[in-house]
Amino acid sequence: MNNPPDISQDPKEYEEYARGIQKHVRGYLMVGALLLTFTAITVALSYVDFGARKANVAVAMLVATLKAGLVAAIFMHLAAEKRLIYRILIFTGFFVMGLFWLILLAWYDYPIFR
Amino acid sequence: MEIPYTVSTRPDTGLWNAKIGIWLFLASEVMLFGALFSAYIFLRIDAAPGTWPHGLLNVPVGTMNTAILILSSVTVVLAWAALKMRRYRAYWWYMLATISCGVIFLVVKLGYEWPQKFEHFGAYIKPDALAKYEQYLGNERRIEKGLEPRIEITGHLHSQNTKEYEVALDPVNAEPNNPFMDRPHFFPLPVTDKIATIEKADVQRATMFLPTHSAYFASYFTITGLHGLHVLGGVIVFIYMWLPVSKKLYQRNPEHLANRVEVSGLFWHFVDLVWIFVFPLFYLL
Repeated sequence: MNNPPDISQDPKEYEEYARGIQKHVRGYLMVGALLLTFTAITVALSYVDFGARKANVAVAMLVATLKAGLVAAIFMHLAAEKRLIYRILIFTGFFVMGLFWLILLAWYDYPIFR
Repeated sequence: MEIPYTVSTRPDTGLWNAKIGIWLFLASEVMLFGALFSAYIFLRIDAAPGTWPHGLLNVPVGTMNTAILILSSVTVVLAWAALKMRRYRAYWWYMLATISCGVIFLVVKLGYEWPQKFEHFGAYIKPDALAKYEQYLGNERRIEKGLEPRIEITGHLHSQNTKEYEVALDPVNAEPNNPFMDRPHFFPLPVTDKIATIEKADVQRATMFLPTHSAYFASYFTITGLHGLHVLGGVIVFIYMWLPVSKKLYQRNPEHLANRVEVSGLFWHFVDLVWIFVFPLFYLL
């Protein structure tokens, strides 16, 4: 879904513009309903025994990532954003992955309970 | 002085300034919460068997708060869309709904969920005394079934003297061999009236459910506390944009107000996004 364009100063174009926004509003409501559904699914799945706790964590994180993706893409307009913002986010992603990677390294370095 | 590029796009970046500003800020926020989440992962994967609690939080209340935050994310984006369509009345109502959701979230968190934890008591039993409390822990059966051992007795602290604690037991410790207690439940079970006496000499450490209780509650209170501060910050900003002072800006330059709502909305969605991970990690898993 694209960002609604900036409003036109021309009153003739205004009506069409408002209708365009209205279409986006419907999308936002749908995404809200989807997010609520996924929340219910997350709760329900946490009571299903997938064999190991690790498997339950993996499933829940998968659903959470999906929800986060919806929020970022639609509510935060990342589905269609200017290039500079993607550039900022690529850096952020790189550094945050580094952060989690460090944890992994520390874990292998410090085997108390394994 | 007129602040440049509040509405028009700056030629070299292709964006109005606040948009880049908020995204740079959110990038730093990702690192802040990323650091806390990675600490959570580290603490959790290296937690000794039985030391990472499961099912201590109130899932229905947590689910409700999740739904409230999602709802507020929808209303704030609708408020922005209403401004874009130049419908100030609708904007005003959507903003009020958003503010109310934020306030309800905080009241539930700080007025109900946290205080409930402060009243709950847990005593970790020393490894060599575990057998003595087998009737509350049910570890023989748990080891047989390949489950993690229980090393903590929880409930409401009735009384204590220099030698012992008297605890009204949680159902888990009142009926430790009931298979129903092997997994947590959606609706929290109330504390039973069965009282256990625990000798202080057998206790490794005993506290209420405070940050000092365990790595679990330390990370729970740190992350939900910081998240709560973010909700509070968002609510304060939204109140400013909902007050009559913003109507003046709307009359002067509606697009400027729409852009302000957009960037604060971006912050609000980020706060919602963090909660999407906090909720399963602490309440469900």
